[in-house]
Amino acid sequence: MIYDTVVIGGGPAGLAASIKAREEGLNVLLLDEKDYLGGILPQCIHPGFGLHYFKEDLTGPEFAHRLIEKLEDMGVEKRLTATVLDITVEGDKKKVKYVSPEGLESVATKSIIYASGARERHRFELGIVGDRVAGIFTAGEAQTLMDIYGVMPGKEVVIVGSGDVGLIMARRFALEGARVKAVVELMPYPGGLARNIVQCLQDFSIPLYLSHRVLEIRGRKRVEGVKIAKVDDNLESLPGTEFDMPCDTVIISAGLIPRIKLLKKLGVEMDANTGGPMVDENLETSISGIFVAGNALLINDLVDYVVEQGEIAALSAKKYVEGSLQPSRRIRIRAEGNLRFVVPQYVSGKRDVILYGRVKKPQEGAIFKFREIGEERRYPVVKPSEMFKIKLRVERIPSNIRELTLEVK
Amino acid sequence: MSKIYRFTCIVCPLGCYVEAELEGENLKIQGCKCPRGEEWVRSEIFEPKRVLMSVIKVKNGVYPVVSVKTDRPVPKDRISQIMRFLSNLEISAPVKIGQVIVENVLDTGANIVATKDVEKK
Amino acid sequence: MYKVIIIGAGISGMSIARELSKYENLKIIVVERKSDVGWGVSKANTALIHGGYDDDPDLYPVRAKLCARGNDIWRKWVKELQIPSVWNGALVIAKNDEEMKELEILLKRGERNGVNGMRIISKEELLKMEPNLSPDSQGALWIPSVGQIAPIPAVVALAENAVDNGVKIIFDSPVEKIKVKDGKVKGVRVSNGFIEGDIIINAAGLYADEISKMAGLDYFTIHPRKGEYWLFDDTAGPKPKHVLFPAPTKKTKGVVVTTEVSGHLMIGPNAKDQDDKEDLANTKEGLEEVWNKAKLIWPKLPPRSKVIRTFAGLRPETKKADFIIKAEEVYGFINVAGIRSPGLTAAPAIAMEVKEIIERDLGIKLKKKNKWKPYRKEITHFFMLSPQQIREKIRENNAYGKIVCKCNKVSEGDILEAIERMKKIGIKVPSIDSIKFRTKATTGTCQGSFCRVKIAVILAREYNIPLWKVTLKGRGSEIGVGDVKSLLREVEA
Repeated sequence: MIYDTVVIGGGPAGLAASIKAREEGLNVLLLDEKDYLGGILPQCIHPGFGLHYFKEDLTGPEFAHRLIEKLEDMGVEKRLTATVLDITVEGDKKKVKYVSPEGLESVATKSIIYASGARERHRFELGIVGDRVAGIFTAGEAQTLMDIYGVMPGKEVVIVGSGDVGLIMARRFALEGARVKAVVELMPYPGGLARNIVQCLQDFSIPLYLSHRVLEIRGRKRVEGVKIAKVDDNLESLPGTEFDMPCDTVIISAGLIPRIKLLKKLGVEMDANTGGPMVDENLETSISGIFVAGNALLINDLVDYVVEQGEIAALSAKKYVEGSLQPSRRIRIRAEGNLRFVVPQYVSGKRDVILYGRVKKPQEGAIFKFREIGEERRYPVVKPSEMFKIKLRVERIPSNIRELTLEVK
Repeated sequence: MSKIYRFTCIVCPLGCYVEAELEGENLKIQGCKCPRGEEWVRSEIFEPKRVLMSVIKVKNGVYPVVSVKTDRPVPKDRISQIMRFLSNLEISAPVKIGQVIVENVLDTGANIVATKDVEKK
Repeated sequence: MYKVIIIGAGISGMSIARELSKYENLKIIVVERKSDVGWGVSKANTALIHGGYDDDPDLYPVRAKLCARGNDIWRKWVKELQIPSVWNGALVIAKNDEEMKELEILLKRGERNGVNGMRIISKEELLKMEPNLSPDSQGALWIPSVGQIAPIPAVVALAENAVDNGVKIIFDSPVEKIKVKDGKVKGVRVSNGFIEGDIIINAAGLYADEISKMAGLDYFTIHPRKGEYWLFDDTAGPKPKHVLFPAPTKKTKGVVVTTEVSGHLMIGPNAKDQDDKEDLANTKEGLEEVWNKAKLIWPKLPPRSKVIRTFAGLRPETKKADFIIKAEEVYGFINVAGIRSPGLTAAPAIAMEVKEIIERDLGIKLKKKNKWKPYRKEITHFFMLSPQQIREKIRENNAYGKIVCKCNKVSEGDILEAIERMKKIGIKVPSIDSIKFRTKATTGTCQGSFCRVKIAVILAREYNIPLWKVTLKGRGSEIGVGDVKSLLREVEA
């Protein structure tokens, strides 16, 4: 038996993809490595999910629940505690090898939707030196401990990184009675939304140290403190600005990296700027029939985008299975100026496409320009903490063009 | 005596820096670029409210805690009382999503509601 | 029956324990201050089985004698005990004429120490063997006998085999006092009682001087020398095929570039003397020193973003820098001290030496057991199984079908086997590090952010303790401070 599509990952992207694919009549198998579905949603117990998708303000577990309910109603075939070991591609047939408590399986499929999410950067990747002792957690790890397994990781907390995850964890710790002594951010501006600065930090009088870096973690068995320094414009530590801050817990919340090991092994073309694969408007990778969605594609800041990508991938898989998917790797889109990345990286030029992107640094009065088209759009303010969407209209794309540049000035 | 409040407005991505001066009943707001922002600043000063989320201990559950929220915003200055109240609660599995765990918690008018299922062990 | 107390469950202590477990008239107990074996000096080093060319027999006669011999015995031990090892040989790289001359000295010294197969190779041959070496390399000394092992798994294997042969290990028991009466040892006091002993073997690593002092012998002191290391992701390269040394200095063999047993590029160590025996912190200066020195012989180091871990270890140095292995004037007290590099290599030979000391200097005739078990089986590693074996294992227990560590493909079945072994050697305080060193879980690209909690959940279940009491690395390193509501209840109270 051959599946129409195998969805790898049961977080919001994979759930949305599975539901949509099933709705479109595909024969779907969903694989997830955890013993519960929803990815990281069940541990994100705060509200703020689903304002776009469900038009309601939901918490992470509620958002997940709605998707899972839908998935079960549709009767999507799924395996939990199932870890994919390998993917092989032979022409237009693919094989997915996975292991679960039921055994080792290898299933054949026409297409794959890869939605395996992201991993967190750890302290060694940040170059934080010092001791390797208890009390150092990534934000997600601490969240799992607190909100899934009911454990309090520590009493006096320093958070490294002011992205939304770090801010939300600051509030979680403060609410449960821990003292959050600092959120330390390398950049001169916060990484998270203004709303989270207000509701997660200011509500609890948690100090935010911008342009600072945690240099060192010290402690004998458990963390006893950190050494912090100010940084200059080049993000280099300024000598003489070091100070010690006693604490028993350090939370690393300094960014996510798409989990794409299996795609890399297959030789899929990658984008160094997103850390994910290069895709076209169908979210198809350089290997036909393999689609990517969610944080494995690019690090999203809203679950609504993730779900949207899951659905696009599913619709593309459907067309691929039917043989009606138009090859769309025609025009390469490049990011320039104050633009870190743009996704998809390729478009067909035959239809309107919504581009996702993220700027490098905050900017007021930013001008977005498709250079080869000459089309400009003005945004009053752009920030790295908020992904933007911009529409590329087909009628504006000159024919015979092979490359389009989106620049932000 | 007047009191000065400083905010970063959270109504839109613009994130205006706002200063508000309260003198008796009289509120002067500076820096807001839109009326929605001004309204938000007003509510932040006169009756700030938040939806509260946390977890509650579960006996005999597949997992030892269940995530919960208040089903409507509660006054900001009541949050620490509610949190202390919740810290002494323990409920028995199974817990169903949407289940009201505490009605009208500490007379705030808000219910504490489970936001996920926890099955019995 | 003679009661033997070995102080320290490191590579020396456990090698000695295993060797002495062959004799039926010895009853052996190992006391260890930490919560698992091999967590002192044995834990963080370059993990090399050295050739034996480096130790000058005129200056360091004991090291010179035991290094090559240890290398020899390890080849047998890794098979008997199923310890992961590779025997890929080493190259000492010379960059100028002076260093080329140094190679000649090493070659002669090696030959004197009984090292086989060494030779000096030309630049051309060298760059053929290791094309990614710095192009200004002039030549090298080739030592084919050098190997690499996984040091903690080696200590674990020795401990399991020793316990299987009747040795007892008591953990979390720092020695507080040694009782000596009428010039003879009587036993040791640990936190929860007194242990009688006729022979005390001091294999206490960094604390060997303090233990020795407790027996009234204070003729040496141990000072720690820190070495720092970088470890890269397994996908990062280029990786050398052999162990690469720069030409050595008096103090150290220099910063090594190697592909360690698990296939990760590793560089280190530097050498920095310090006073504190517990300071294992990585420092920016130390790490940069290692990086810059490694770059001299291996210019194509991967980018910093490919670093998955940095770590540091302490070597127990004495003033004379030679091993101190001898029966002391207090009868029954044997020092095994100052076991710095090449201590890991020499460990099996040290064990033989101690056995000889007991016979020769203590005058005890040892009687061999009829049924001594030389073999020990390694636990299952999912990542080493064939598809057929995976299917069989899952049929036997479906825990083998649950992958806990995604990066290194470690199954819950692997972890359950590790826990069973931990309990068998007497580990009372469960720790994630104990699982890490036995299974390789948490040592991959994500460094445990996905699996540490899951491992803790399994440990809490198998040891029947609350989740927050599971430790990272032994007592005092609990992963939590209580249940998630514990701080708020404190406020209340």
